[in-house]
Amino acid sequence: MNFELTEERQMLQDGLRRYLRDSYTPSIRAELKKCDRGYSLDVWSGLAEMGVIGALFAEDDGGFAGSGFDIAVVFEELGRVGAVDPLIDTAILGGGLVAALGNDAQKPVIDAVIDGSVQLAFAHGEPASRYDLSRVETSATRDGDGYVLNGRKAVVINAPAADQILVSARTSGDAADRDGISLFLVSASTPGLTLRSYPLVSGGQAAEVLLEDVRLGSDALLGDEGGAFEAITHAQARATLAISAEALGLMESIRELTTDYLKTRKQFGKPIGKFQALQHRMADVLIEIEQARSAVINLAGHIDHPEEIREKHVSATKNLIGNVAKLVTEESIQMHGGIGMTDEYELGHLAKRLIMVDHRFGDAIYHLDRFISLAVA
Amino acid sequence: MDLNYTDEQKAFRDEVRSYLAEELPARLVNKVRLGKTLTKQDHEEWHAILNKRGWLAGNWPKAFGGAGWDAVQRHIFEDEMTRASAPRIVPFGLGMLGPVLQKFGSKAQQDYYLPRILSGEDWWCQGYSEPGAGSDLASVRTTAERDGDHYVVNGQKTWTTLGQHANKIFCLVRTSKEGKPQEGISFLLIDMNSPGVKVRPIVLIDGEPEVNEVFFDDVRVPVENRVGEENKGWTYAKYLLTHERTNIAGVGFANAGLENLKRIARLEQANGRPLIENPHFAARIARIEIDLMAMSTTNLRVVSKAAAGQAPGAESSILKIKGTVIRQEINALTRSAVGPYAMPFASEALEDGSNLGPVGPDYAEGATAQYLNNRKLSIFGGSNEIQRTILSKAILEL
Repeated sequence: MNFELTEERQMLQDGLRRYLRDSYTPSIRAELKKCDRGYSLDVWSGLAEMGVIGALFAEDDGGFAGSGFDIAVVFEELGRVGAVDPLIDTAILGGGLVAALGNDAQKPVIDAVIDGSVQLAFAHGEPASRYDLSRVETSATRDGDGYVLNGRKAVVINAPAADQILVSARTSGDAADRDGISLFLVSASTPGLTLRSYPLVSGGQAAEVLLEDVRLGSDALLGDEGGAFEAITHAQARATLAISAEALGLMESIRELTTDYLKTRKQFGKPIGKFQALQHRMADVLIEIEQARSAVINLAGHIDHPEEIREKHVSATKNLIGNVAKLVTEESIQMHGGIGMTDEYELGHLAKRLIMVDHRFGDAIYHLDRFISLAVA
Repeated sequence: MDLNYTDEQKAFRDEVRSYLAEELPARLVNKVRLGKTLTKQDHEEWHAILNKRGWLAGNWPKAFGGAGWDAVQRHIFEDEMTRASAPRIVPFGLGMLGPVLQKFGSKAQQDYYLPRILSGEDWWCQGYSEPGAGSDLASVRTTAERDGDHYVVNGQKTWTTLGQHANKIFCLVRTSKEGKPQEGISFLLIDMNSPGVKVRPIVLIDGEPEVNEVFFDDVRVPVENRVGEENKGWTYAKYLLTHERTNIAGVGFANAGLENLKRIARLEQANGRPLIENPHFAARIARIEIDLMAMSTTNLRVVSKAAAGQAPGAESSILKIKGTVIRQEINALTRSAVGPYAMPFASEALEDGSNLGPVGPDYAEGATAQYLNNRKLSIFGGSNEIQRTILSKAILEL
């Protein structure tokens, strides 16, 4: 039993923390808000050069780490600065799924992900699927040697910047079946694929992806026809770990901002942090953040365990993160008072990013329900 | 990062587990499982079994007759004990006074008292709280005035847990009214059989006289029974409290309680279905289980820091608050789970030797008593409000 970071991960953490602190200046943030891509190309290539993307992949896939604790270290640091870089989309989901399912002709995409030259997005959720992983209505019908795809994918993060989009579509079965879901690697410029792009509350860009008679060759299929569900579940587990660790980093920064504010803001002749009504609430925030850290450790430690154990931890962690994220966001805004309501102040971006965590990969209620069926009933 | 025990730790766990399987009397297991009141003899019997194996004082150095375990080993041992439904080790001599004597006691005090704690010759109780000094411990008013080779002690202690079984009490007494309240306190060892000591039980809301008032009326205590220096008792008192806080998270108790709750919720019927299938009930169980999974790891993070030699500081306040809230919620859910059979007052049936059968299911009998009794968890050992104040000062620096 050991809760210390290895020397390698300590170095990764230190280097990344320094890099992000220098890169994520307030002026960069203001610029990013206006940019259609949603993230900074400079920061992205900096991350690639530092080996941060490679740290998210196993050696067999061309990376040099890729375990649960590597993901946790990287994303906690990204969270600390409220980074908007699409590492979950391009590396964890996109790259992770190609690594799990891709053939020799497709795997070079991973090298391009690691060196920073390619952007990916994972188009899986649909307007009617909410958080259900197996509900896929987009269809892929055999057409000679290839497939024709029709359907609509909802809130596909990083789709506007993606060179290639991983699209899930049903090749057989009913709308909610686990079997019959196939995955395709689709170039963003394929005819019939159109995007309606928009910015996100949390920063970054997404799109509704419309597929109208999109014709693909059989070489676009990732893995076996109809057999993508297991890999999708595992990739989403790793993405849940990533976003949970990111949430933890956001919480830590928000806690620092808020305690600093409590020490400096004076009312009735003394710092408001001297009032016990606020001290005790802030102590509760602290306790819950420590719980969030433990939940991230639990998931990181079980991310490559057999599905049954892994998914129990996925739901436990994401439920707890969702609840704590709500507490930390709401308490920090409240304790800041009026300044916490302004868009200009640093808290705004961090708080919005944190509260939006609950809307990706299943919210607290979804995971509570799922945990009940996995562990309680 | 590695969430697994080392091979050595696993071997230790297996050794403890098989020892408990062989040596822990089934009669005691049954009493613990059903929430029955343990008698003084029950506790003494179990202490003697552990002492024979050298495992009674896991936290004591070997030189003093302890097992000399590190924090992880102690955690494993406590975890296995609760898993096996063993009676808890009564902490006053072993967990509290022992470490204080080892650090601050005289050689004569160590030589005399420590073996008697292990052998069970002495049963200690804790004379800290007073009617006017609860969470504000430094406002102790019981006085000890010097008269030759003796102190003459007058005053009153309260909330003295299991004081009815004790023959000795360690007390915080006021030896000076000068300076800050913390500066005039001394730490005395008092024989409860001394003339002038009177013990009066306090029956708690669960119907049990678990705690007592202890009165001191001109009680003469030899000066050699003072631990350390006069007026320095606050230092020793605080040192004792850091030991009181080990295993403060009570993860083992929470795990056992949760397992019991789930068992009951599967047996109880609601609307013709097992209660555990009721989505509202299941959701409340799930929330507490999720919180407990994280808290187990929060606890291990602190334990592993302690094993590496870093004394746990304000982190134990986090464990105190989270651990007690979780256990209290499990108690509340268990009380809910048994439905109307939470209502019969079963004090007599919980006594040893009672031949009254339970009114309802046996698991229902102790549910309300345990719920009521464990309201104490967030009050004692520094109330949860005190812990929040500690966190806001020590960690948040507000």
